[in-house]
Amino acid sequence: MHELGVTQSLLEIALHHGHQAGATRINQLNLVIGELSSIVDESVQFYWDMISEGTIAQGARLNFRRVAAELNCHDCGHRFPLNHQEYICPQCGSANLVVSGGEEFYLESIDVDLDES
Amino acid sequence: MPNTIPVVENILSANDQIAMHTRAQLDRAGVLALNMMASPGGGKTSVILKTITELRDQVRIGVMDGDIVPIDLEKIAEMGIPVSLINTGGNCHLDANMVHGALPSLDLDAIDLLIIENVGNLICPAAFKLGSHLNVVIASVPEGDDKPYKYPAMFKGADVLLLNKMDLCEYQNFNLEYFRHGVEVLNPGLAFFPLSCRTGEGFDAWLAWLRDRITERSRIG
Repeated sequence: MHELGVTQSLLEIALHHGHQAGATRINQLNLVIGELSSIVDESVQFYWDMISEGTIAQGARLNFRRVAAELNCHDCGHRFPLNHQEYICPQCGSANLVVSGGEEFYLESIDVDLDES
Repeated sequence: MPNTIPVVENILSANDQIAMHTRAQLDRAGVLALNMMASPGGGKTSVILKTITELRDQVRIGVMDGDIVPIDLEKIAEMGIPVSLINTGGNCHLDANMVHGALPSLDLDAIDLLIIENVGNLICPAAFKLGSHLNVVIASVPEGDDKPYKYPAMFKGADVLLLNKMDLCEYQNFNLEYFRHGVEVLNPGLAFFPLSCRTGEGFDAWLAWLRDRITERSRIG
């Protein structure tokens, strides 16, 4: 389990961008996580609640947008979700496939309150 | 007033930055570094020991090992190879910071090839760049032919794949075509070497491939 380290990186990135924008509070983090990236949402939120304490991001909500990995058929063009048992096109039976997507692992944006003074 | 600020930054960007520093240090010293990944018991240490035995007359080798106990590393040190233990404290993977911190314990100018033995795990190590040049993934026959389907990220990120313990094929219901197809979809054209550390079958092809990478490297350096 490496969620603590990941959560620490996440906090650093969020605080860096938040401070840069002059935010007084970070309310939400919008994350994009591919299916092939191993991370447990609940653990990240759990660690987040502990380590964000005392920062402007304390109590922020983490929104996880999951991106599926897909297989693309070279022969018929059909796209379908990666299954974890066999790589065969369900439409034409071809094994001539290529995988795309699913490796995303980034912080897309943060929702903040700005200093209006 | 609520505002959305675009960030679009990789969550592991701090790790990747440190990995870049390590890579630069390795490049300056002309060292080729391998990140060796496998399940526990897949044969990382056996592959390393045999690779050292076969190549040590031609190539100066150093080994870094991420583990909680130095048992594997002692075997390697007994061969007179410079070693560095990264105590992972039970962590599930090596990260760039651990490797970078361990670099000073090896004389990089005295080696051509650095083998980094990652923590036995087919999931977490795939996500963390170390600064090494090549990801070597070792699967083994007793683990089953469905490994690429279960752990796609690991196989997708490999630069070379070894399938160890081929001598056990006759005792296992291992479908090599099924295994290969999974790998080919995830990582088209991946260099693939079925071998056995025990019998030595197939090992020469892996060594020849590795020698070519080391030669390429020294030509660049």
